[in-house]
Amino acid sequence: MSIQSLAAPQMSDWDSSAPLLQVKDLRKTYNDQVVLAGVDFDIHRGQVKAVLGPSGSGKSTMLRLMALLEPADGGEITLKGARIGVKQRGDRFVPRPERELARERIDIGMVFQRFNLFPHLTACENVMLGLTTVRKVHKKDAREQALAILDRVGLSHRAHAYPAELSGGQQQRVAIARALVMNPAVLLFDEPTSALDPELVGEVLDVMEGLARDGMTMIVVTHEVRFARRVADQVTLFDGGVIVEQATPDEFFDNPQHERTREFLRHVH
Amino acid sequence: MDFDPQIFLQQLISVDYLHGAYLSIVVAVISLVVATLIGFVIALGTTSNSRAAKGAARLYIWFFRSIPALLFLLIVWNALPQLLPMLRQDWYTPFLAACFALGVAEAAYMAEVIRAALMSVDEGQALAARALGLSPWRVMQKVIIPQAVRIALPPTGNELIGLIKYTSLASVISLRELLTTAQVGVSITFRYAEYYAAAIVYYLVIVSVITLIQSAVEKKFLWTSQVKPKRSAFGFLSLKRGVTS
Repeated sequence: MSIQSLAAPQMSDWDSSAPLLQVKDLRKTYNDQVVLAGVDFDIHRGQVKAVLGPSGSGKSTMLRLMALLEPADGGEITLKGARIGVKQRGDRFVPRPERELARERIDIGMVFQRFNLFPHLTACENVMLGLTTVRKVHKKDAREQALAILDRVGLSHRAHAYPAELSGGQQQRVAIARALVMNPAVLLFDEPTSALDPELVGEVLDVMEGLARDGMTMIVVTHEVRFARRVADQVTLFDGGVIVEQATPDEFFDNPQHERTREFLRHVH
Repeated sequence: MDFDPQIFLQQLISVDYLHGAYLSIVVAVISLVVATLIGFVIALGTTSNSRAAKGAARLYIWFFRSIPALLFLLIVWNALPQLLPMLRQDWYTPFLAACFALGVAEAAYMAEVIRAALMSVDEGQALAARALGLSPWRVMQKVIIPQAVRIALPPTGNELIGLIKYTSLASVISLRELLTTAQVGVSITFRYAEYYAAAIVYYLVIVSVITLIQSAVEKKFLWTSQVKPKRSAFGFLSLKRGVTS
């Protein structure tokens, strides 16, 4: 029996009609301040979910916990039906050490508000880094893949520019390419356009809309209400560390069920 | 007795001085490498979450910043072989002892330089690297260190220049570096001015070369794809234009 056929049942354990990524009763407290007070949230393959809410409502924290960048204080995170971020020891779950978390993070891509491109690397090298150091792809192949992905975000002509030489919109597109090239199961966006000049927001949203059309699974924390309405399959409102409302865009914007949602929409419209 | 240019020039091109300068440079460079390696570990200790690591790192910095380098040099050369028989053999030379003593003492200062450089790297950098799936060591190696080096370069150049001069302390353990060479010559000929002048020239040249190398290395860390701006009065303008285009 080959190694592949032994491994195969494990791989297909997950029923693709179940959520791809799911959190249950997620909790997080910073210095006695409750940021997440028990959040249930999931996303299916190919879905795009927009997450709205005032700052400090916990929406960005949820992304960071999902991306395993910070440990949760309670609750569980599952990817393709398997718990991540923790491992079983006896009858209880303990947090995985950073080295093991690093491996689990490969499946989850993250795009940050402030881009966080590596300033000492060119756009192309930024995109290549994950391939060469994590996926152990040969440098030449990595360069080809990086250039192809940069082309997809419309930046192949700037491949050899350093981040300091790129506009904010271009930097964020490189950051998207950097996450995308790792072929993640899901892409998390943490307010990807909030740090951009207004005239540069469009080019980033266009790229994201293209990804959504191509079937990418995406969770987008954003203040861009119009983007949420046009692109998302579902819109979620966070407030005070809990989910207030979750609905399709039409229902969310035209017929919100909660007073808190109506109040929020009055402020952003 | 007046200044005799011939003695001065003779010494300037003498093998003794060249060898003394060579020893000063080599001891300083090796000490800096030792100090950087130890200093990096100490710097990680000071920023660690572990109380034991933090305490040990602080103790190291406190101890070696407190005692004079000269005292430590004497301890390493005179006291250590009394305590450790393995050091009483021929391989334990003044050269090795000087590199070890200066490196270990200097590490306390390099630790602070490196700590400041590591802390200056934006937190988002490690976050982005971790999100990509890089292991802790790769985050450090591929993302944090390259950026920290740029910050650490100017103060490290300072430390190297300091070390060049610290090597003169090694005269007490009979290492014939640059200043000892001058002193020995003086004690035989009593031509103070000429011998000291030759030493001055050597120090000036050494430090000038270090400064030139430092600025050349710093240029490598500009992180722009632009061709170097022309050396004109408005050179800084063309650089700025390049960055915003």
